[in-house]
Amino acid sequence: MLDVSEIQTITHDVLVIGAGGAGLRAAIACSAHKLKTGVLSKSLLGKAHTVMAEGGMAAAMGNVDSRDNWKVHFRDTMRGGKFLNVWRMAELHARQAPDRVRELEEWGAVFDRTKEGLISQRNFGGHRYPRLAHVGDRTGLELIRSLQDHGVHQGIDFHMECTALELLKDGDRISGVLAYRRETGRFIVFRCKAVILATGGGGKAWPVTSNSWEYTGDGVAMAYEAGAELMDLEFTQFHPTGMVWPLSVRGILVTEGVRGDGGILKNNKGERFMFNYISERFAPETAATVEEAQRWLEGDKNARRPPELLTRDEVARAITAEVKAGRGSPHGGVFLDIASRRPAEFIRRKLPSMYHQFKELAEVDITKEPMEVGPTLHYFMGGIRVDADTQETTVPGLFACGECAAGMHGANRLGGNSLSDLIVFGKLAGDGAKQYVDKLAAEPVPTDDQITSAIRRATEILNRETGANPYLLHEKLQATMSKGVGIVRKKDELEVALEELQALKAEAATMKAPGASQYNPGWHEALSMRSLLVTSEAVTRAALIREESRGAHTRLDHPGESAEWVKYNVIIKKGSDGTMEVEKRAKPEGPADLVAIANAKIEDLESGKVGADVK
Amino acid sequence: MAKRVFKVWRGDTQGGEFKQFDIEVDPGMVVLDVLHRIQAQQANDLALRWNCKAGKCGSCSMEINGKPRLACMTRMNSFGDDEAITCQPLKTFPVMKDLVTDVSWNYEQNKRIPKFKPKPRDADGTYRMYQEDVDRVQEFRKCIECYLCQDVCHVLRDRDKPAQRAKAGETTKGSFVGPRFMIRLASLEMHPLDTDDRIPEIRKEFGSGMCNITRCCTEVCPEHIGITDNGIIPLKERVVDRYFDPVAIVGRKLFGIRKRTKTRAEEASEGKPASGAAGETKGPDPR
Repeated sequence: MLDVSEIQTITHDVLVIGAGGAGLRAAIACSAHKLKTGVLSKSLLGKAHTVMAEGGMAAAMGNVDSRDNWKVHFRDTMRGGKFLNVWRMAELHARQAPDRVRELEEWGAVFDRTKEGLISQRNFGGHRYPRLAHVGDRTGLELIRSLQDHGVHQGIDFHMECTALELLKDGDRISGVLAYRRETGRFIVFRCKAVILATGGGGKAWPVTSNSWEYTGDGVAMAYEAGAELMDLEFTQFHPTGMVWPLSVRGILVTEGVRGDGGILKNNKGERFMFNYISERFAPETAATVEEAQRWLEGDKNARRPPELLTRDEVARAITAEVKAGRGSPHGGVFLDIASRRPAEFIRRKLPSMYHQFKELAEVDITKEPMEVGPTLHYFMGGIRVDADTQETTVPGLFACGECAAGMHGANRLGGNSLSDLIVFGKLAGDGAKQYVDKLAAEPVPTDDQITSAIRRATEILNRETGANPYLLHEKLQATMSKGVGIVRKKDELEVALEELQALKAEAATMKAPGASQYNPGWHEALSMRSLLVTSEAVTRAALIREESRGAHTRLDHPGESAEWVKYNVIIKKGSDGTMEVEKRAKPEGPADLVAIANAKIEDLESGKVGADVK
Repeated sequence: MAKRVFKVWRGDTQGGEFKQFDIEVDPGMVVLDVLHRIQAQQANDLALRWNCKAGKCGSCSMEINGKPRLACMTRMNSFGDDEAITCQPLKTFPVMKDLVTDVSWNYEQNKRIPKFKPKPRDADGTYRMYQEDVDRVQEFRKCIECYLCQDVCHVLRDRDKPAQRAKAGETTKGSFVGPRFMIRLASLEMHPLDTDDRIPEIRKEFGSGMCNITRCCTEVCPEHIGITDNGIIPLKERVVDRYFDPVAIVGRKLFGIRKRTKTRAEEASEGKPASGAAGETKGPDPR
């Protein structure tokens, strides 16, 4: 029998799981509140997925177009999210993002500048004005490095290459986390008063994804197992432009900044097809002709935005339709052309890593030739249900922020709203944890039973004589999700996927990782399969119940948005019998003033006819 | 599809050897793709690091056919058709397992660098910096911390071996911090908003004099940062100006114009009040 007292125990007030933008910002907030703070990261510090974010972070600072303000940003976010966003989260985000961005400068971030020496802002899909603070096309790196270099001086304990396995509870409260170190394979018990999950999404359930190996839905799955409610997981964003060739790099992201800086989409007939896909909602604010789009590019403030800058869900669907109609590029994508739109020097300066990436990986010079691009699974709008102001989940002491939390982005996220989400809600999660810890009467204690059973679940994968190969099982899961829960969905296909997932779960119970526990990727893969399976099942069940097409969730058998479904969230929870429960739950109505702003005509909002009384 | 020969170093802190894998390679693959295929099909427990697979995170650093490279950015068609590919861990850092090394020494060096100390904001609450004034700093901030420059630096690799010594429990105080952290120091030293005086520490604690400008670090940088010419040499010049410029020496002697020449640690050991403690927080409350 395992002796729990022999396992290393580390005590913090707050343990943050995840060291991307949200986790680091949350940890900085906790340490500023004088909490003893630890951060777990699956990789080395500074390597989290945030590092791959390219285009920028959205904040209505109005440095480039002074007409911008938080209300316009809020309205763009709600419309982009097809009105399924949690009202309060979209409001908090739009209001607080500018301060959070400016604060990064105080910690050493060096954004690109305007002529006046202010933070420059670029255009992006769904944002009415140039709004994204950026550093070329490596904004994520700038964000993570600024937080990292500031964070290491804040007295935070970083536990690198350390993976969380299960949340521990004392009654209904969080009391700690069981984790293991990659290097040694040893288990560690973290005792803490609160846990902040900042674990990102679960894109690795799909074969074509911009996500790295870390994106296995760990936070979503751990929260679910601990009894927390999940929300709106059917909304999985396919970014319209991922690389499609060579096959081995399929899915790697091509920043929306290419389109923001003037790039256009063409089919194999050379047609600028996006003009054929302008939906009614966006028609009044989108250029109707190539000529008008051209004037916009040249800086005419009265021209409307080109249709390439429609929201990601709309562009991804349009690309899929073009390819399906036989108008795709040789490798099953479409063409993204900036070479004919901007001088080579401009492209190399504004999009250096895109230039580099295509040159080195695809042998394509994007200053001379168009890129081939197609949709790639990029982001989870859904996730763990949280309180908007504190980011607390439905489990006391458990907080979530960033991509693993639900609500901010509704049915579709605007580009650039993710990096700002990380720093706005990362900070709020830290503040929320502080309030919670202050009110906590007694220190919660994990029980030995939970620890030993969690360890047993992890080690049986190593101890089994034979069993399923976790890598091959992962490939099977990706095939299932790609076939049944892709960019367009149907009832019967979702049902088949659900059946396959049940079979995969049974097979996963027999996984075997050969070798010892020291730095054993096969074992790590097997452990993350558990999270991926929970997350995949939640996405599939949510997709099955939502019988409409909204944002990133497209049901061929239920085309169009339904007036009924906008009033509901899909809530998922672990039932008392251990099975996954799905509930269609009424979504709280928004406050009248915010509803008015979100629904206002842009002219009315800007003239002050609507929303002038909201400060 | 073609069968290729991979020789991958497998082992741990106790030692190891090259193991041969014969493996199918598809067109367009990079070395990291092939290693993943080996991992999935032939060696489930082969340890290696990776994240972004697009040259943005700097995780998959290793030595490929003897050269420090990112495995994700090394295309298979850059080798001859029959060429065997060898993959081994970075030599400068202690091996953990297979292709994974212990790079924690680098994180320790980063912590030693006093944090950014910005001047106050303008009256309207913003900072003003002009693009031409931040171009150089932005070049340095492209660094993805792959540590290939650290791996190839002669001082760290062959002469001082601080990462290896640190692993053995020895102190590495005063050792050269390596090109990565010279670049980090340069990005602070040249930052238009930074108010900290970093020159004495750059010379005496971070070892700027140890670099003998062979430019090996610059050659391997996947981000093409001008590490030596744009970063290290200007820092060396600033050190020389401070300590050896005759005009400054005269200025100090005759007119008492003093710029700090002692490190804060030296000042503290002499009982003087340190001129602004290293790493002290300045500016508004981070909340």
